[in-house]
Amino acid sequence: MAIKSKDLISLQDLSLDEINQILTNAKSMKEIIQRDIKKVPTLRGKAIVNLFYENSTRTRSSFELAGKYMGADVINITASASSVVKGESLWDTGKTINSMGVDVVVIRHPSSGAPYILGQAVEARVINAGDGTHEHPTQGLLDIFTVLDYKGALQGKKVAIIGDILHSRVARSDIIGFNALGADCWVCGPPTLLPAKVNELGVKVTWNIEEALTDADVVIMLRIQLERQKKGAFPSIREYAKLYGLNSKNLSLAKKDALVMHPGPINRGVEISADVADSLQSVINEQVQNGVAIRMALLYLMMGGGNVNVIA
Amino acid sequence: MSMLLLKNGLVVDPSQGISEKMDILIQGDKIAKVAKNIEASQEMKTIDLTGKVITPGFIDLHVHIREPGFEHKETILTGSMAAVRGGFTGIACMPNTNPIIDNEGNLELIKARANRYNLTNIYPIAAVTKGQKGQEITEYGILKEAGAIALSDDGLNIESAQVMRKALDYAKIFDLLIISHCEDQSLAGSGVMHEGFMSTKLGLAGIPALAEEMIIDRDIRLAELTKGKIHIAHVSTREGVEIIRRAKAKGIKVTAEAAPHHFVLTHEAVASYDTNTKVYPPLREKEDVAAIIKGLADGTLDAIATDHAPHAREEKEVEYELAPPGISGLETALPLAWQYLYLPGHLSLLELVACLSTKPAQILGIDRGTLQEGKVADITVIDPQKTEKVDPQSFYSMGRNTPFKGWELQGWPVMTIKDGQIKMENGRIVE
Repeated sequence: MAIKSKDLISLQDLSLDEINQILTNAKSMKEIIQRDIKKVPTLRGKAIVNLFYENSTRTRSSFELAGKYMGADVINITASASSVVKGESLWDTGKTINSMGVDVVVIRHPSSGAPYILGQAVEARVINAGDGTHEHPTQGLLDIFTVLDYKGALQGKKVAIIGDILHSRVARSDIIGFNALGADCWVCGPPTLLPAKVNELGVKVTWNIEEALTDADVVIMLRIQLERQKKGAFPSIREYAKLYGLNSKNLSLAKKDALVMHPGPINRGVEISADVADSLQSVINEQVQNGVAIRMALLYLMMGGGNVNVIA
Repeated sequence: MSMLLLKNGLVVDPSQGISEKMDILIQGDKIAKVAKNIEASQEMKTIDLTGKVITPGFIDLHVHIREPGFEHKETILTGSMAAVRGGFTGIACMPNTNPIIDNEGNLELIKARANRYNLTNIYPIAAVTKGQKGQEITEYGILKEAGAIALSDDGLNIESAQVMRKALDYAKIFDLLIISHCEDQSLAGSGVMHEGFMSTKLGLAGIPALAEEMIIDRDIRLAELTKGKIHIAHVSTREGVEIIRRAKAKGIKVTAEAAPHHFVLTHEAVASYDTNTKVYPPLREKEDVAAIIKGLADGTLDAIATDHAPHAREEKEVEYELAPPGISGLETALPLAWQYLYLPGHLSLLELVACLSTKPAQILGIDRGTLQEGKVADITVIDPQKTEKVDPQSFYSMGRNTPFKGWELQGWPVMTIKDGQIKMENGRIVE
């Protein structure tokens, strides 16, 4: 089974069956990553472009390694400001890449919806690696994968997403993904960082971190960006950390075996205390490894993949 | 003198309360006779309009013609052709060109170019403030003498209540109307679409309806205070309609318009990040659309105005937040109004034509919008049965930025007559 939608821009582009297929494949991929010799020839002869308009270490290298472990040729284009300054539009950049015979383009872009423009400009399949404050579907998938690894199932599990929900593309993808698998999703942050009618996404909403944490099975902390303070979303980092920081004391309200997650990079001492980030409950580093596995599975399925056992 | 006889059409003229099958005789540039069974004679050109609707020429209160300065988006010629194709015999043009129309020289340039083509009447609107900066008022006396039909800083809100008060006060000397683009920019912030569920889902910064409503309220109260004349442009929210309804009940001098996209589309249309759906004020929710329709039906909103805002293709083929706002609206206004206001029974034929012609003429204080004998023969003919798909490639406008591409719509203008001369027939400009 392959993935129907040409492009993966929102997690809503995937059916539940497709999500499960990706998760199943990712298990085999994770096994490959843990091998001594990681390279498999599955995607040999395929070409992937990482088109990044924003700085990113972890997502870009994760996609790059995922492609390379599978034998594909991967190049990185850091489009950042340079092409914008030169005045080339995203549409034209897409057309240029299209002429080069690429199979998949992975795009990270500061504008919500930008991958849709690219998707229309290129015949290649497009994977959204984070667009503005819209979505980050592969992060959503890897978060689900990580939780399932520990919890077995998501049905009825309380997942609390805490922090700057308004500007978080991770939150939007996580909500779609966790909801699709039957979790009980909560979002928590100051009202200034909650988007309008967020409850209509199918989540429970609270400003109170204790309420969000109580009996939670999964706690997902989001990175707070310092410039939000200047725009009036909260008075100071000090107060933010006090009200919305995760520490060992408030974490004790969650279930004993609750997982602590963070898409990274973390602000130690701000949204998460150092001891919690490094605690046994923290699976932050696990998320990174799972990210590679998920992206391998996705690339494999998007480039026509058959039965993964053949390659594993 | 040339004579043109329009036979067997359904004449709809709100200025006389007429809605019946009649003939119209045009002599030179004037309407000579409106009566049943006018005898055709040799010297008349006779056109049989059986099954068609004959109305006074449409007048659009809100058009961005782009020339001078943005001729890559639209010119006075292409904008005039688009107007004529849309059935508009008159268009009021916003002053946010480059240079901005804030002095008589710039105003005369537009008039001179408009006269060159003689396709549709162009009524230039001058800026309320110099450079549309919202600070110093322009020379209303001199501008009116040079032909300014009204004043507006459209595209921008006048942030200072003090400046708006002075403008309303001073404009009274000349009985000039101020057209207000209502949007509190400090609240709208970096918003690019309506704030609601869709902005949350799409991760696009939202503009709350309140940003528009609080300025509508402010400007109406300032009009009450000054006894000045205010017209609210492109009303898009239910509370905005409600504020205007209350003000009218109170006897405050206020008029208002709505754009077709605001009574047809909701923010759901933004779902695919189509930049042709980006417009200010933004597409709102279905309750807002219902309120706009109700406002037009009960007369709270006086006119349908397109806010025609053409843009070049490459300007719209960009990220949503970078795209300029605006919809090319002249060539789809009537069929949208026909299909979404008249056919479902929200507005009668007389009410619809009043919104497109008679009331806009009254708002601008021009002797048009009527089919009375002796008046200028500016006439629009509608084919109520004509059904066609919207094809932006067929637009006379250079702006193909429409969210209605491919929509099958019914009720198109098939003839536009200005000063007794046929300027458009069956959707094509008559040379």
